[in-house]
Amino acid sequence: MTTLKYNHVVINNNMENGMNLTLKVWRQANAEAQGQMTEYKLGNVSPDMSFLEMMDVLNDGLIRKGEDPVTFDHDCREGICGMCSMFINGEAHGPNRGVTTCQLHMRSFKDGDTIYIEPWRSAGFPVIKDLMVDRSAFDRIQQAGGFVSVNTSGRTLDANAIPVPKADADKAFDAATCIGCGACVATCPNGSAMLFVGAKVSQFALLPQGHPERHDRVENMVKQMDAEGFGNCSNIGACEVKCPKSISIENIARMNREYMAANLKG
Amino acid sequence: MELINKIPDGPLDQKWTKYKNTARLVNPANKRNIDVIVVGTGLAGASAAASLAEMGYKVKALCFQDSPRRAHSIAAQGGINAAKNYMNDGDSTYRLFYDTIKGGDYRSREANVYRLAEVSANIIDQCVAQGVPFARDYGGLLDNRSFGGTQVSRTFYAKGQTGQQLLLGAYSAMSRQIGKGNITLLNRHEMLDVVVIDGKARGIIARNLVTGAIERHSAHAVALCTGGYGNVFFLSTNAMGSNVTAAWRAHKRGALMANPCFTQIHPTCIPVSGDHQSKLTLMSESLRNDGRIWVPKFKEDAEAIRAKKLKPTDLAEDRRDYYLERRYPAFGNLVPRDVASRAAKERCDAGFGVNATGEAVYLDFASSFERYGKQQATVKGLHNATHDEIIAMGKKVVEQKYGNLFQMYEQIVAENPYETPMMIYPAVHYTMGGLWVDYELMTTIKGCYACGEANFSDHGANRLGASALMQGLADGYFVLPYTIGNYLADEISTGKISTDAPEFVAAEDNVRKQIESLFNNNGTVPVDHFHRKLGKIIWDYCGMARSEEGLKFAISEIQKIREDFFKNARIPGVQNGMNPELEKAMRVADFIDLGELMCKDALERNESCGGHFREEYQTEEGEALRVDDVYNYVAAWEFTGNPSAPILNKEPLVYDNIKVQSRSYK
Ligand SMILES: Cc1cc2nc3c(=O)[nH]c(=O)nc-3n(C[C@H](O)[C@H](O)[C@H](O)COP(=O)(O)OP(=O)(O)OC[C@H]3O[C@@H](n4cnc5c(N)ncnc54)[C@H](O)[C@@H]3O)c2cc1C
Ligand code: SF4
Ligand code: FES
Repeated sequence: MTTLKYNHVVINNNMENGMNLTLKVWRQANAEAQGQMTEYKLGNVSPDMSFLEMMDVLNDGLIRKGEDPVTFDHDCREGICGMCSMFINGEAHGPNRGVTTCQLHMRSFKDGDTIYIEPWRSAGFPVIKDLMVDRSAFDRIQQAGGFVSVNTSGRTLDANAIPVPKADADKAFDAATCIGCGACVATCPNGSAMLFVGAKVSQFALLPQGHPERHDRVENMVKQMDAEGFGNCSNIGACEVKCPKSISIENIARMNREYMAANLKG
Repeated sequence: MELINKIPDGPLDQKWTKYKNTARLVNPANKRNIDVIVVGTGLAGASAAASLAEMGYKVKALCFQDSPRRAHSIAAQGGINAAKNYMNDGDSTYRLFYDTIKGGDYRSREANVYRLAEVSANIIDQCVAQGVPFARDYGGLLDNRSFGGTQVSRTFYAKGQTGQQLLLGAYSAMSRQIGKGNITLLNRHEMLDVVVIDGKARGIIARNLVTGAIERHSAHAVALCTGGYGNVFFLSTNAMGSNVTAAWRAHKRGALMANPCFTQIHPTCIPVSGDHQSKLTLMSESLRNDGRIWVPKFKEDAEAIRAKKLKPTDLAEDRRDYYLERRYPAFGNLVPRDVASRAAKERCDAGFGVNATGEAVYLDFASSFERYGKQQATVKGLHNATHDEIIAMGKKVVEQKYGNLFQMYEQIVAENPYETPMMIYPAVHYTMGGLWVDYELMTTIKGCYACGEANFSDHGANRLGASALMQGLADGYFVLPYTIGNYLADEISTGKISTDAPEFVAAEDNVRKQIESLFNNNGTVPVDHFHRKLGKIIWDYCGMARSEEGLKFAISEIQKIREDFFKNARIPGVQNGMNPELEKAMRVADFIDLGELMCKDALERNESCGGHFREEYQTEEGEALRVDDVYNYVAAWEFTGNPSAPILNKEPLVYDNIKVQSRSYK
């Protein structure tokens, strides 16, 4: 077991007239270690910074002091890769609707605020280090059935051979905008992954290309979802509210219908 | 070194067919005994891994992110080109080929580009079959939009998330093969060296980013699909982790680096807001379909706007300068990127910029709101609609098309682009340069391939919008699967390659030593500090405008940064565990070397072409001035052991089918 040696660190960045913040950040050296909240005072934070840029400033200060910076996942920093994953003041991706952590800006906070920053917490997402978690369960669900079994040879029908009603195409698209971030799971009191899985099942169920395999797909994906230890859906709806892409819980209903149809077919 | 590009003979439109008919094949039973490593899971890597696995090869796929679905391709917004001619507006394979060569300012290979145009239509068929939800019209057929540098509509799209949808399609194909056991996925792994045995790529050294373990992986071929190096500028529209390390390490092992100074500065990005800035955000080129770019016509207005005494919406039409429409009436706001970026810089340098830093121009949708609103009123039979109602309907149409981009803009800038024009400025976006490859996409290391943005092959000195997605998928789905067999046919009796070979041991040792020396220098300064400094130098001297004097200065500055970095960079944390600072440090070390090479390349090329604008070589109107009789070649650089003393090799470019002209969009 590792305990972190620093508990209060004060970092001042050289911006003028910025905000002063108290950050309480989850620090955990690795998957096996016990974690703890550590407090940092951060001065002169510009309201124009993104939340992750604020974290960069914190880390810059920690490195200069010879401390270990806070580890967190991020890549695109524009709300599309689904990599960033912070639980901020008790909410996945922070206080705003329809945005990821990397799209959150410090203008959403005010001078003197205390901000609690934690990793996703769910049985399906073990912590790797600090705020970084392992979401490979999502990949395995996808591998179980989240595809159309078409070969990649390009010898398929002409793309316009099967018209798709615009309304279906648009709905399929909306479902397909899921970024696989896992906020739905982290938000759900049951740790359910139904919104994520429902979105993928729906995308294919709504398109003619997905129809031949629709029954096997939903059964295999649900089976894998259960095997990964995600909880059940009890219609709380918190996932939809905290989903940065506003994926609708209609998709869960559609998945349930698909699942029933598959079972009936036997 | 002699560069053999392996372009098949015969007429342009039959080269690829002829190649496919004569390339050697590997039979299914033998494929099962052949290992291929695909590094990268962006559009190029995911499509390559899925296709090769489906053909029967045993594939290992690596990415540094936690999931293949998060590769930087996910962020592509606007669309993907294909010569389908669904719009019946005169498009054809030849026209796509021609536009791409011309857009690239006559610095790319005819045969490669023609092949790209030829397979483009297949990509769309393939993606639709995979369930990629492209935008459709009310009749249920696929919709198209226009991109810069073309006069047809050939761009397929999925709102502002085309890259996401295409990548998820390729990721699903890959997931299917992982599920079948044909691909072994190594996520959170970073490739740090290519292992070359007897002149052939035989594997790689990678670091497991979670445990810190240095691993050896052997294979009969290695495909680098590791993306572009735009992050050498520190600030770019690339994802934070995008890097040159895989390509650079291959370069150090013998792969030539081609045209490294050909980088693309995209005209429409959200301007820098302060010193804390960590990356820049693109506003898709597709917006130029409906947005008009302008700055104030009079300096006093620009000054008043900068001082926030005047709002853009206060300025009457006759006080605005729609400078692209003025300078380039034929293409207007849809001129290619290099042209649009330089024009923005020209106006801002002349004092007409519109934000506090003076480095921004407007992208204005007001006239589209009105145009679409009127259309809607007509369609709906609302003949008495008020102006406000018309504008509101127009905004709805624009929201349908670009809703997520407008939202993204508002989140970052805290201004509503439906009410006031967007402010934009050019930013680094894409790198045309990359590993030199022949027609088969093989680098100068046998058995080591490069696909997607990591290679130099198709875009010359400037890439047209919506062509990177096309190229990535073309390489991965339709080119590499054919060409790799031609090489692997000789490997069927090689058998499993042992990772105990001395070359593996030495390569692993090399990586360990680098890591240790970074840890043991007792430095005190975070890695980002050096990266920002490097980026600033390259932006200032090897960015939108370059000059002999500036480039020479930049080279000497970069050499100082290198020295400083190795002495003073501090790597906190542990070697044998998750350590993002260590990852960054290794990437920055390679960026420093690459940056120096970019400046050398730019210095050596005494002409302007595409994104490479040498101030000494311009027409009276400020357009790029190519020097075809001297510089009509690919500059392919060879590593010598000393990053400051590379050797230049030249591959002449031959145009048999297209007449080389000076590019005009007027
Ligand atoms: C914001 C933005 C918008 C764009 N929009 C468009 C558009 O609308 N149309 C268009 O045609 N193009 C667009 N582009 C360009 C296009 O997205 C890219 O050129 C293209 O996606 C690159 O794909 P790729 O497969 O070559 O590489 P990437 O998608 O960058 O993938 C690189 C892969 O390599 C892996 N990798 C890298 N280094 C290593 C290493 N050392 N070890 C292990 N793995 C490694 C990464 O993990 C990743 O999986 C856009 C680019 C940007 C930045
Ligand atoms: S459904 Fe929403 S919250 Fe869940 S993974 Fe997808 S984008 Fe994230
Ligand atoms: S970093 Fe990509 S979504 Fe936040």
